[in-house]
This record gives sequence, structure tokens and C-alpha cells, in this order.
Amino acid sequence: MTTTRTGYKWVGTRPVRHDGLDKVTGRARFGADYATAGMLHGVVLRSPHVHARILSIDLTEAAAMPGVKAIITGADLPDIPDETGTGSEGGINFRDLSRNILARDKVLYEGHPVAAVAAVTLRAAQRAAEAIEVDYEILPAVLSLEEAMEDDAPVLHDDLFTLGLDSPPDRPSNISRRRVIARGDLDAGWEEADVVVEREYTTKAVHQGYIEPHAVVAETGEDGRSTLWCSSQGHFAMRTYTTKVLGWEPGDMKVIPAEIGGGFGGKTTIYLEPLAALLSRRAGRAVKMVMTRSEVFRATGPTSGSVMRIKMGARRDGKLVAATAWMAYEAGAFPGSPIGPGVMTVLACYDIPNVLIEGYDVVLNKPKVAAYRAPGAPMAAFAAESVVDELAEELGIDPIELRLRNAVTEGVRAVYGPKYRKIGFVETLEEARDHPHYSAPLGPWQGRGVASGYWFNFGGETTATVSINEDGTAVVMSGCPDIGGTRAALAQMAAEELGIDVHRIEPVVADTHSIGYNDMTGGSRVAFAVGIAVVDASRQLIDDMCARAALIWDVPREEVEWVDGRAQSVTGAAAPLTLEELASGSGATGGPLSATVTVNPRGAGAGFSTQICDVEVDPDTGLVTVLRYTVVQDAGRAIHPDYVEGQMQGGAVQGIGWALNEEYIFDRNGVMENPGFLDYRMPVASDLPMIDTVIVEVPNPDHPYGVRGVGETGIIPPMAAVANAVYAATGKRMQDLPMSPVRVLEALSGD
Amino acid sequence: MARVFFPTALQQLTGDLEECEIEASTVRELFVRLEDRFPGIREQLASAAVAIDGDVVPGALLERLEPDSEVHFLPAISGG
Amino acid sequence: MSRTHVTCVLNGDEIDFLCNDYQTLLSALRDELGMIGTKEGCGTGDCGACSVILDGQLVCSCLVFAPEVEGRRVETIEGLAEVDHLHPLQDSFLEGAAFQCGVCTPGFLMAAKALLDRNPSPTETEVRYGVAGNLCRCTGYDKIVRSILDAAARMSDPERQKEAT
Ligand code: FES
Ligand code: FES
Repeated sequence: MTTTRTGYKWVGTRPVRHDGLDKVTGRARFGADYATAGMLHGVVLRSPHVHARILSIDLTEAAAMPGVKAIITGADLPDIPDETGTGSEGGINFRDLSRNILARDKVLYEGHPVAAVAAVTLRAAQRAAEAIEVDYEILPAVLSLEEAMEDDAPVLHDDLFTLGLDSPPDRPSNISRRRVIARGDLDAGWEEADVVVEREYTTKAVHQGYIEPHAVVAETGEDGRSTLWCSSQGHFAMRTYTTKVLGWEPGDMKVIPAEIGGGFGGKTTIYLEPLAALLSRRAGRAVKMVMTRSEVFRATGPTSGSVMRIKMGARRDGKLVAATAWMAYEAGAFPGSPIGPGVMTVLACYDIPNVLIEGYDVVLNKPKVAAYRAPGAPMAAFAAESVVDELAEELGIDPIELRLRNAVTEGVRAVYGPKYRKIGFVETLEEARDHPHYSAPLGPWQGRGVASGYWFNFGGETTATVSINEDGTAVVMSGCPDIGGTRAALAQMAAEELGIDVHRIEPVVADTHSIGYNDMTGGSRVAFAVGIAVVDASRQLIDDMCARAALIWDVPREEVEWVDGRAQSVTGAAAPLTLEELASGSGATGGPLSATVTVNPRGAGAGFSTQICDVEVDPDTGLVTVLRYTVVQDAGRAIHPDYVEGQMQGGAVQGIGWALNEEYIFDRNGVMENPGFLDYRMPVASDLPMIDTVIVEVPNPDHPYGVRGVGETGIIPPMAAVANAVYAATGKRMQDLPMSPVRVLEALSGD
Repeated sequence: MARVFFPTALQQLTGDLEECEIEASTVRELFVRLEDRFPGIREQLASAAVAIDGDVVPGALLERLEPDSEVHFLPAISGG
Repeated sequence: MSRTHVTCVLNGDEIDFLCNDYQTLLSALRDELGMIGTKEGCGTGDCGACSVILDGQLVCSCLVFAPEVEGRRVETIEGLAEVDHLHPLQDSFLEGAAFQCGVCTPGFLMAAKALLDRNPSPTETEVRYGVAGNLCRCTGYDKIVRSILDAAARMSDPERQKEAT
């Protein structure tokens, strides 16, 4: 139900994107596509052990090898203090960040970087890395949440004391933090409940799976000033983090954004950047570093594996009256799982009076997790939405109807505190209920499931500039990498405001020296926050141009209005002035036409999605095939519906992969057994049906066109939608992800 | 008077108080008043996100509070 | 270290280059010839980002040694468009929004071309299997599959083909 807007010329249309031609011809330059003459190649030596003390590192032999120009180890990075900055969930700790980039005294997972080498060829660098001798003292490892949380578990960090406990702990542990949300009177709630369901769920670590591996070229001059070409979700943050880890000044580093080949949260942090910059400084030459796919799996991302126990109670009439959730998320080698958003979102779809949610952030000997699309919410929704489905069945109420009876609406207090502003959850449920998919017939071994999800969305610091060229074309400049069509969306908003053709506008992603600061492309923020800045800048320009027309015509400002890309006299006293005329004559009216706006906007409208999934289960093999899939999501306003649909479809399919196939598999020693796309099985085209989309538009009052973020919400419901469908097909509740054929077969044979 | 809600983790500092009303016209002023009343709380709040009337406001110190504003402190979130 | 001299037909032109014996075709294209349109997503034949057409066959260029292309015909993304117009697949991908980040796009276009060269009017299922060796993490494949079907329709409809040029 994409509402076709009357009254807008560009907003809500589907123009060809501005960077499209470069991307279909192979001209677009992604991270690994940069090269400079005479550059060196850098590689990383990684730990083969999951937990070990580094006793010594001997570089003698490696340094003497032909072509080797520089080698660095953890000792070459400043030992920075325990300091938290903003940026990822719960803030980013620079001390941990530094130690994840190069281990100092301990390695904490297989693949943890220990040294980096730059040499004249990749081969020479690899050989030198192999010649580095590291003496390790192997330590006992913790590989599961259960193990890590045990009282006598080996401890990863002896300075890690749990935050958020009732009384401060007297000794270190692997639990970095406890988060609690409580409200109402649970005893009374359980008392009131006619039906109670309690279940435990587990999910495995899964990777963001972007197709482009991390890559960077760094060139640091003799004066210590450097240039980085890298693909990331935010080059300003890359500069902040990189210079922080190196102890350099941000102003001395220019980061030029490459096109980014997918991030999904995984490119909101740094891995190679400081290594390349420092190697370049040491060698006096540019250094290029590109990860292999195996390195990407073993040492970047993933998102947390989890264990969750959910208990929910409802009255006979379907009213949810009490709920508890106990959740533990793997943080990997350093604190910082998305448990915060996990506890906040787990019950956020429903208005439940009596609640206790308890979440734990747990370190263990696995790669440090990174943000992944709606960090922390998808696994929580898998658990909670499975329980809701079970309650619906016990109560004999249609699952969408049960959700409607409890859905949060504007003014309802979210379980984590604040009241919801204008939201479109009910609308997504109603659209799903009325969709032909929801009542289509099913065959044997087929089943249908539904699930919903909530995500906050985010605003963030933003700078945008809009300038008019002398021919009346415009440039829209921001500093947020375009991962999925945001250039087009920003140009559309500017075109709508300025009243010119969208293809007379060139949207540009500027480097760190060419525009003011911008937060990362993340939190589904670009069309919202950068959109606000672009619209404001366009309006300032229009105001300026009207004033100039008034000057030219010698009439009061109020007698000039902006219509269809022209300044027009309201009295008809003068012929209209076009953008081109105003721009080419701007020297006489006060100089070039350009406006820059900076914002840090509130009001990123919350996003909700409800999804319907049909599966067929093969009782002989346990294979689950998705037959039909519909994503209903509130986009506030879809600026470019193709790319809104694309976000919904892509998110849903990542969730389907998480549900059915994807998982980190470790051997007994904690070494990842499937660090490649062959064995880490992401969905391919032949696994899937078309993904139908229904864009609901409940405009966000805090955006000039009503935009809500759409990038993340789509990944939240799929795992529960698939699990609920598998239940409907087989009568088996799948409580552990992924629902791989083996697991499904096991469940089926449990009869 | 802004209505301020304390997350469970902060209630140790507030003597189990879940919410209170405080006279303040900006978030900065609110922080000062809170520190007066619950010493040590400001440090705890440094890493939290501030939500005013249901809306997370980044870097909120100068943000104005209306007389009937509701203020919540949440874990910082940015997303993927 | 002595380098191997290779002569081949690349996108219709006879060319030659030097490479190391162990170098892949992918690396020769990117690092020796500067043709960065062909991407590396895995280097192990599992993602299709490096897809090129070798003597009419779709291959992963990361699995072909560069010296193996001696005397053979190689087609890459850089050769897909004509001087003044795009290949219908490129038009369909643009108009159908068949990519978000676009890093998988060159590989998909080459895989789709190989498919349509051999089967000009594939069914949806044939398209899905035709590009099953190519990973896209952004789109969920819906718009890619539709765009390939649309290109097939354009190519078999002389009217639409004229329009496109
Ligand atoms: S790079 Fe060749 S298949 Fe992935
Ligand atoms: S568009 Fe990003 S991987 Fe396909």
C-alpha cells in the first residue's frame, strides 16, 4: 500500500539513483579499489590461540627479510586509558578498541591481531608475518555464556568488575554489566494471568556478511599528516577512532570515503585503519591492507550469541498482564554486547503493566561483537514473539488479533520508560491482517507464522551543504556514506524544495576535510537527520534567492515567492527569475548561492514492522523452505520507495538466514570452523521467494516529509516469524537457532 | 516542574526513588539539581542518553525542558 | 622472479600482460590491468563478486590462474556497455533498483549475461538458479531477479530494445 502522494513532485517517486551508472559499469571505487604508485602491502599476524598470554615477540628474522619495510606490535600503540566515547552501543571504550586492534599482553580469541607487517609485495609481507616468532602461554578459555558466567570461570580481564549489581562485586568476573528494567507488581500480574508460557531460547553468533571485506589505503607523510582511503559507515568516526588509538590529532588526518560494499553495522568500528596509518608512518610509503574473507569472519563483527528466558502471562481476554525476561548476550573478547537495546526492545511492542527484565553483558574468548542492524533487538524478538505466538494459541486468539489487543500506541509508556510519540505499529498489524497473504490456503507440511519488531531509530550529528552552480544545477553535500540509495533520497528532498529536476542535483559524499562533522551512516539515520539538514539548507537558499530577486526588482521581500524553481513576483510586476539567472548573476547580489546547515535532531520516529512467513518443512530431511514472505513496515514517508522496499527485503532476508542457516561454529578449542561463505551459509537467490513489501506511512511529525528510519527494523521479526511458521507446519516449537535441517529433524523425531 | 524517571540501576543513588519532580529549565540545570539532591548521580548519567518526552536527545545539555516535560535516562544507542 | 607473458582477448580487444604464475585472473585484472570493476568478496569461489565470462562460460576469476587465459576470450563488466548505450541488463538494474551498495552488481550482471546468452527467456526459477553462485547481502534478491527477468523481456521485444537505445 505505497501511498502515492499527490502534491509532491519528487518525494515518493523512484528516479534512477545518481551513483547508479558507476555501479553498473564497474567504475565505482570501493575500499580495495584504491591504489597509489609505490604503495606497500600490509598483512596482520593473528593469534592461533583463543586465550593466551604473549610472553615474547621476536621480529628479528621477519624484519631482515627482503622487501620488509615496517613491522608493528601492540607495544607500538600508546597504552591509552580506560576512556569511553560515544559511537556504538553503550559507548566505545578506546582502551579495549586499541587492544582489539593489536593485542598487548594477552590474545583473547583466535584471529586476534598480534603484529602487522608492510612489505613491497603482499607475498613478502605474508612470508615475513609467518617468520615472526611469538611465544604464548596458553590459558584456559571460556567459550559459552554458561561457562563464562560460572563463579569459578577463568576470567578474561582481571580488572573487569560487574556494573549494575545491587552491591559492588569484590572480585572480577566475565560479566561486565547487568541491566534491569522493572515496573508494576509482578506477583499481582501473575495472579491475574489465566495463561502463562515460559521458555528458554538460544541464538548463535552471526556475521553481518557484507560482501566487501574491510580495506584501507593509508599514506602518512614525514610531517605526520595522513590520508586514508577506506570504506566505512562513517569516515569522521573512523578518523576519531583511528587518531585516538594512535595518539594523533584528528585534524592531521583526512579520510576519503570509498564506496562501501555493505556494512550493516559491521563497519562502524575500526580494525585495519590504525595499522595501515602507523605502518605507513614507519615505512614512509603508502600502505594498503585488505582483509581476506576468513579474517573478516574470524576477527570482525559478528553479533552476539544469546541465551534468553522469557515468561509471559495473559488474561483469557488476551490482555498481557505480566512478563519477565532474563537475557545474556555474548560480547566477545571485550565488553559491549547490545544487551542495552536488547532489554529495551524485548517487550517494547506491548503495553504490559508488570515487568521485570534482566540482561547481562558477558565476555568470552570469541571475536568482539560489532553492531549489526538493530543491534540486540532481533534475538530478543525471536524469544518474545515466539512466546506471544504460543500464548495466542493457548488462548485461541488469532496471533495478529492478540498483538492488536496489546499493541503500544501513541502516549503509551514504553516498558523502558518514555511514552511513545506518533507510531504506526497498529497500522502494520492491520495491514498484515488484511493482506491476502494472511488468508491464503496452505498445503500439508506447510505453515504460516507472523511476528513483529520495534526499533528506536536515531538522529545524530549532521552537516549538509546545498550549493547552486551557475547553470542552475545544484550540489547536495553531506558526509554520510551512501550504502543503499541515500544519495538519491537526499537529492529528491532537495529537488522537492528547490523545484528543480532531481537529476539536476548532484549528491556528494564529502571527505573529512570538505564538510563539517557527520555521524555515521547507522541507526537508520540518514534520510531522517541528513534529510532535515538538506531541507533546511534548501529553504535557507530559497529565502536568500527570494531576497536577491527582491533586491533586483527593488520590491519588498514579501512580494517575492518561490514557485517551481523560480523567484516570482506576487504582483506579477516582473518576469520570474530562474535559478540559473539568479546563480549566474549572484556576484552582483551578494556572492555565491550556498547554504550549510548543521543539526543534531531529536524526533527520529520509531519504526515497527510486522511480517508474515509461509514455510514448507520436508519431514525426511528437516529442510525448511520459505514459500512466501511479506514485510509490512512503517516508513513514515518513503522518499524513494524502491530503496525503502530494498531495506525491508534485505533486512528480512538477513533475518531468514539467521533463522535457518547462519551460525558461527567453533571447534572444541574455540577455533572457528566455518570462516568462509561455503560453510557460513548465507541465503542465495535460489533459497528464496520474492519478498513482498507493504510500506505503511504514518508520518513522523518531526521530519519535514515525515521520514522514519527504515534500515534496521526489517531484520527484527524474521526469526520468530519463521519459527512460528515451522511450528504451524510441524507442531514443534524451535527454541534454538538456527533451525538447520539437523535441528528440525531432531525436533521432528522427538515424537 | 520536570518529571524525572530513574532507571533501576540508579535507584541505589536515589534511595529507591523511581521518579521525582525537579524545577529546571534546561537539562544542564536538571543535572546540577539532581547532583545536589543525589550526590554522585551526575557521573552515572554522563554515559546515558537523555530522553525528553519520549525522544532521545543526543548531547542534550542545552535542551530546554517544558514545565510538564518527562525525562528518562537510557543506555546510549546508535544502531547499526 | 620471472613473470609470465599472457596474450588474450579482453572485452573484444587483443591485449597482453605480465603476471606471476600463482596470480589469479582476478588479481591480474585488478592489480596488473587496473580493471577494478571485477570485485573480490572471498577469493575462494563462494560469492561470485569476481564473475567474468571466459570463452562464453561464467567463471569465478578468483579460481582461474591468470596464465590459463592465454589465447582465450575474457569478458568483464567493463565491456558490458556499448559506447553510447548500456546493456539492457544494466538499464534494468538501474531502473529496477537491483542493488543497494552495488559491490555485488558487476558479478550479478556478468552472471545474468551468461544466463541470458544461453537462455534468452528464463523463468523466475531459472534466474534464481542462474545467479545462485552470486551472493548479495543487501537486496534479498527480489529486485535483482525482477530486473533480470525484465532485461530478458526487453531483449526479446524489438520495440523495447529500440526505446532503450
Ligand atoms: S571472490 Fe571469487 S567467488 Fe568470491
Ligand atoms: S547490493 Fe550490496 S551486496 Fe548486493
